[in-house]
Amino acid sequence: MAESLPIAAKSEFVAGGSFAIVSADVAEAVSRQPTHRHAVFVRITHWLSALAFLALLVSGAEIVLSHPRFYWGETGNVNTDVLFKLPVPSSRALVPTGYGYVLPDQNGWSRALHFQSAWLLVFVGVLYVAFGISKQHFRRHLLPARSALAPKALAGSIVEHLRFKRPSEAEAWSYNVLQRLTYLFVIFVVFPLMIWTGLAMSPAFTSTFPSSVTWLGGRQSARTLHFLLTVFLMAFLFAHIFMIVLAGFRSRMSAMITGRGPQGKERA
Amino acid sequence: MSKISRRRFITTGVAAAAGLSGLAVASKLAGRYGLIPPDSGGLYGPGTTLTYAAQRVLIRQSLAREFDRSQISQKPLANEVAPLPDDFKRMEKGSFADWHLNVTGMAARPTSFSLAELKRFPSRSHITEIACEEGWSYIAEWKGVPLSYLLGRVGALPQVRYVVYHSIQSDWWDSLDMADALHPQTLIATGMNGNDDLPVPFGGPLRMRVPRQLGYKSVKYITGLTLTDDIKRFGKGLGSTEPEFGYSWYAGI
Repeated sequence: MAESLPIAAKSEFVAGGSFAIVSADVAEAVSRQPTHRHAVFVRITHWLSALAFLALLVSGAEIVLSHPRFYWGETGNVNTDVLFKLPVPSSRALVPTGYGYVLPDQNGWSRALHFQSAWLLVFVGVLYVAFGISKQHFRRHLLPARSALAPKALAGSIVEHLRFKRPSEAEAWSYNVLQRLTYLFVIFVVFPLMIWTGLAMSPAFTSTFPSSVTWLGGRQSARTLHFLLTVFLMAFLFAHIFMIVLAGFRSRMSAMITGRGPQGKERA
Repeated sequence: MSKISRRRFITTGVAAAAGLSGLAVASKLAGRYGLIPPDSGGLYGPGTTLTYAAQRVLIRQSLAREFDRSQISQKPLANEVAPLPDDFKRMEKGSFADWHLNVTGMAARPTSFSLAELKRFPSRSHITEIACEEGWSYIAEWKGVPLSYLLGRVGALPQVRYVVYHSIQSDWWDSLDMADALHPQTLIATGMNGNDDLPVPFGGPLRMRVPRQLGYKSVKYITGLTLTDDIKRFGKGLGSTEPEFGYSWYAGI
């Protein structure tokens, strides 16, 4: 991977004016052990998205507690049949849950935090996609090679994952095919759907763009889809953290925080 | 190694200065075009303000979705209401003959309208969905006097910026900006689902019905309107009671 030593790492030496005085063996060590893993824009947008996502998750859960029932179609309430309901207590006495108590109402701040975090995530997402395109991040790091998409290669990768095999050293420097496909799916399919289903619940937005909700089958369908997408994203989050632990929590975390790839003991 | 170059320092500085002055100009313009909600302060002010401003720019006089008669909910749901005051019970016994809507503030002809008068005014009806912030919803046909008609009738002054509405539940009040106050679907509802009287659990005898916002803006048991150009004078200056509990004043979401 030495040939892929990023320009940024080299130019840092130049900018510091110390390139000339770096001894030959240090330069060689650097090229043997590249230090650059994640670009600055990836790291900043990653952690801002993580922050916004956690805030959306917590506040979303609080909002759901005020009505833990889901419907399909345009309308739904405690007088109508459910599609499914969650086996949790509710923060409203109106909802029959089978629990003998009502949780405190937390919807005020939850809603405010939910929408504010959604704005943050949208801004961060726009920046990420703009940088990702201009710096060829998607093309170079996320689009899988054609050969990796061959059924045999894909099946091999799936089997490796199912065996919880610790990722190879090369994978500390580049994403494997399943990782690439999952990230692309989350970035370009799940998050846009999340925004869409969220907006489809807005009575003002749908007054101007009615098809945003009718295409989904109605307001309650939009709400249910919004929830199901959350369940998918929670599964993604668990898998993501599990894979990080499997690959080496410290090295992966430090790569996403400092940008440097694995070094020293963990590199073995 | 991580020394910041002079060029970078200058570019960053210029970009930050441009960003800050851009923000200042944007907020000034936003204030001038009525894009700042009354509850724009506090920790969640930025999110609330962005939502309101974005929707006011994007959404003008579009109508809330209307539905077919066949889609009217067979079992509409009246949310719980706090115990009603004795005044209400007294008027209920008299079929609300004494119920009045008192319109005050910046109007050429401030008037107190009786329920019977309101029902004689030109009415409009629409079949719309009412959605609670909790997530549930139902569709009903609402009938009533368009708020815009009433504003014309009392001679609302051109400088009015908000219509404040009061409920008989005295600690409950709310307000609308002119975009929603003059919106053709915003009604002082007097009837529902073909019934000429609005049932009490659904807000009868008078309910503000604002279909482009969540249910909590459709306040029940309306007794008065105040037309104003200064919303800060009311309550805690947040535009309604809800922001005191963390709920945003603008509920178009």
